[in-house]
Amino acid sequence: MRPEAALLGIYLILFIFDLVAGERQRKIFHPIACVLMVALCFMVTSNMSSFTLFGGMYESNAMIVVMKAILTFGSMLVVMQAKKWLHDENTFNKQGEFYVLMLSTLVGMFFMLSARHFLLLFLGIELASLPLACLVAFDKFRHNSAEAGIKYILTSLFSSAIMLYGISFLYGTTGTLYFTDMVAGINGSPIQIFALVMFFAGLGFKISLVPFHLWTADSYEGAPTSVTAYMSVISKGAAVFTLFIVLTKVFAPMMPQWQTIIYIAAIASITLANLMAIKQTVLKRFMAFSSISQAGYIILAVIGGQADGMTAMVYYLIVYMMANMAVFTIIETIEWETRGVVERNTFNGLYSTNPKLTLIMTLALFSLAGIPPFAGFFSKFFVFMSAFGAGFHILVFIALVNTVVSLYYYLLIVKAMYMKENEQPVASIKCNTYTRISLSICVIGILLLGICSFVYTGIDKLSF
Amino acid sequence: MNIPVEYMLILSAVLFFIGVFGFLTRRNLVSLLISTELMLNAVDINFAVFNAYCHPSHLEGYIFSIFGIGVAAAETAVAIAIIINVYRNIHSIHIKRLTNLKH
Repeated sequence: MRPEAALLGIYLILFIFDLVAGERQRKIFHPIACVLMVALCFMVTSNMSSFTLFGGMYESNAMIVVMKAILTFGSMLVVMQAKKWLHDENTFNKQGEFYVLMLSTLVGMFFMLSARHFLLLFLGIELASLPLACLVAFDKFRHNSAEAGIKYILTSLFSSAIMLYGISFLYGTTGTLYFTDMVAGINGSPIQIFALVMFFAGLGFKISLVPFHLWTADSYEGAPTSVTAYMSVISKGAAVFTLFIVLTKVFAPMMPQWQTIIYIAAIASITLANLMAIKQTVLKRFMAFSSISQAGYIILAVIGGQADGMTAMVYYLIVYMMANMAVFTIIETIEWETRGVVERNTFNGLYSTNPKLTLIMTLALFSLAGIPPFAGFFSKFFVFMSAFGAGFHILVFIALVNTVVSLYYYLLIVKAMYMKENEQPVASIKCNTYTRISLSICVIGILLLGICSFVYTGIDKLSF
Repeated sequence: MNIPVEYMLILSAVLFFIGVFGFLTRRNLVSLLISTELMLNAVDINFAVFNAYCHPSHLEGYIFSIFGIGVAAAETAVAIAIIINVYRNIHSIHIKRLTNLKH
């Protein structure tokens, strides 16, 4: 329980600081939060041993700790890049709420990862999605933010009701809620297939797979950019990992059934989201569709249900986090410079004024598209390999064709930055130190994660 | 007085799908919220019924129902807060007015 305890401790420190701090102390609020998040990264990784608690309801092992560390690290990047937004006059006085709400979603995700009992899993999912709705609607005076918030909370309520209906039938047919006991009672009867579909639909909403993706574009566009980054990486990553755990631990006897579901969902997510992304001009909306298609790639790793799939999935999540964070940080920086919606045309001629930002954006987009020297290529390669090894050749082929399509729309932005003429390009931007640090971390990750093979082999040793 | 378990399950299924239908057809944010509440209540009935009729030796189903009610209350509170926020911004809670983010 050390990660959760450390997280709650930091939560309390920030909460009390928010209560007692005066106007002057508030200026050091953001540095304190950053330092505490860095400390949290170390505290989460301090205990890598395997153990279970609460009669098997809570499980921790090295892989789960690694996953928690990834989520914490991503949240740290979000906090660092959010400085400009948090120091805006409308948010300055409520920045404490941002940290507190964000940390409570993180607690929820930790419980999602460790839960081995459906009640704990349900509480974790709810704890992860309720404060996130508050974060989406954080900009009180901006209508788009409230609209995105209401769309997010209503779909998330709907999806958790659907998921719970599925769980209730699982409980009815097996008589237990523990993962380990439940698997003995799973026999693939029609009512359990119904429960499986309902459960998958509920988690599919959180991962934003295609039949359940309709909220994604609106919520991503309306939310504050830092929150969008948080949603697209952290909350999605936790949900995918949970899906993997539940499918392989609870629904193991029904493997052919859920493989069919994932097969359809993966093809639909990758293809439809790619086609939709081409015509988006607003960049946050564009990134929403890009993240849907990336979610499709991630669940390719789930389909085999083997240990190498888990390795590929966790590795993909790290790499995807680095690239996506870089893109969102740059979008946010430009958003604050132009004070308006960032569209694809905003990037026209960016190279002439901001060569460094352009370079980072190019690296990140190349990594998302999967061009060889960067980490994105290796992560896609391992995901495809795990799906291929499980025997899904046609699926991998369709996904491969789709990477070419995705290359097209990622390169549209690169083309706009380098080649398009613009009489009034975005003025030269001077980033603050925190943004610089977070961007450099992302660049190091994009460049080195693929080449340093010990990252993959290290994760591979831990996966189960 | 002994009601067969099927009747209970039919009740909860009907309640659940009334909720789904309401969620898909109503055009007012508060009605949408009420519809999701119906769905969550159907789930609570399901858990209680399964516990009472099929697995009476443990109390897991009842406890899940209690937690479900608590979480549903928290969800409603957050959703209503956001609905109030929407109302302050556009003076309406009708879905047709929520089109700023549609392209």
